Amino acid sequence: MVEFTLWDILRNLLLATRWTIALSLVSFVGGGIVGALLLFLRIGASRIARLFAKGYIELFQGTPLLMQLFLAFFGLGLFGIDVPAWLAAGVALVLWTAAFLAEIWRGCVESIAKGQWEASSSLGMGYIQQMRWVILPQALKVAVPPTVGFSVQVVKGTALTSIIGFVELSKAGTVVTNATFQPFIVYGFVALIYFALCWPLSKSSQMLERKLNVAHRNH
Amino acid sequence: MSLIAITEVKKRFGDNEVLKGISIDVQPGEVIAIIGKSGSGKSTLLRCINGLETIDDGSIVVAGAQLLPDEVHLKALRLKVGMIFQQFNLFPHLTAGGNVILSQMVVKKTPKPEAEAIARKMLERVGLAHKFDAFPEQLSGGQQQRVAIARALAMQPIALLCDEITSALDPELVAEVLAVVKELAADGMTLLMVTHEMRFARDVCSRVVFMHQGRVHEIGAPQDVFTAPKTPELRQFIGVQ
Repeated sequence: MVEFTLWDILRNLLLATRWTIALSLVSFVGGGIVGALLLFLRIGASRIARLFAKGYIELFQGTPLLMQLFLAFFGLGLFGIDVPAWLAAGVALVLWTAAFLAEIWRGCVESIAKGQWEASSSLGMGYIQQMRWVILPQALKVAVPPTVGFSVQVVKGTALTSIIGFVELSKAGTVVTNATFQPFIVYGFVALIYFALCWPLSKSSQMLERKLNVAHRNH
Repeated sequence: MSLIAITEVKKRFGDNEVLKGISIDVQPGEVIAIIGKSGSGKSTLLRCINGLETIDDGSIVVAGAQLLPDEVHLKALRLKVGMIFQQFNLFPHLTAGGNVILSQMVVKKTPKPEAEAIARKMLERVGLAHKFDAFPEQLSGGQQQRVAIARALAMQPIALLCDEITSALDPELVAEVLAVVKELAADGMTLLMVTHEMRFARDVCSRVVFMHQGRVHEIGAPQDVFTAPKTPELRQFIGVQ
């Protein structure tokens, strides 16, 4: 029987961590872009666009991420489209992240005092000018801490993609466990690596919150 | 011809009719104080003149620009009337100078050097030239309100609407803001102000409008309104027996 050293286990897990990080980054950046589009639909002037964005957000917030992954992976397969695990994982996580970020950011935009809208209106600014020069610059500051905080959820969300066969940290944990029969040690390492990824994120979210505490100034 | 023509304006919030047919004509250079109990509709009237509220009936025309609820007409109207708010509403992410520069550049497309020169001039006019680079949070309430006045003036409006601009200020800061307003009045600026400063209304204004339950209850020169009120409501409001 082959003997595995601790280093063997850790090395394999760390190699798989690259994919967890890559998937997290793709989900976060892609989700940010789609989320920004959703945000503008959600708070924009068109009623149909608002309803669409609201429905989208409610759908993705109201169903488990795991189901979304299954649907992306198996659902498209029904139409004869062969979806590789990495693509299904990426698409599902991007769409899921977008729904949550759009909702977080909507809250940030709506937290800007009504007086800011009125003052900029009274100076003759139109909706887009108000958004661009008055509302968004302030909302952005408010949005940074919760956005960074949510990135923790994205990192942890990637663990679910192991179920559709995407080999990231959790899946690697299962594979290594099957080879070593040392589940406690392996999953212990897995948990520690997730913690090492997530803790700095939640810590920096807290620090940013203190540093950018602008929401309740001046009004 | 009157500069601001308010004709039979009615405004309803749900079942509550806040303005029940208001007509006021304001001549160029007039300073008008609007007084009355809270809930009498005086702030709503002011907000209607700037298009922050839509009106249900009647018309408001400012120097030929009519209040209509589309963006083009609203912008034309707002370029003619500036508004100062009780809560200052400065943009907290911009300096005092930035606050005064922004709308000039964005709305009027004034080139930056010119907008900055105008901003410096306007801040000097309200006595805050030295605060050009200060952020609103570093300024006192009185200073913030003066920056707000400078910001409105930079758009070169022909009239200013002041909505209880000293009500959120500590008593010792009221005078510095009123001094600025007084100077504007002396320079011939047309002013409509909702105010609780009765002494100021008496000393500076050319006419006083007393609003009661959504109507203009009495209107006249300050000495008439304050020394010889005709109606019991006004007598009660200003505390004359």
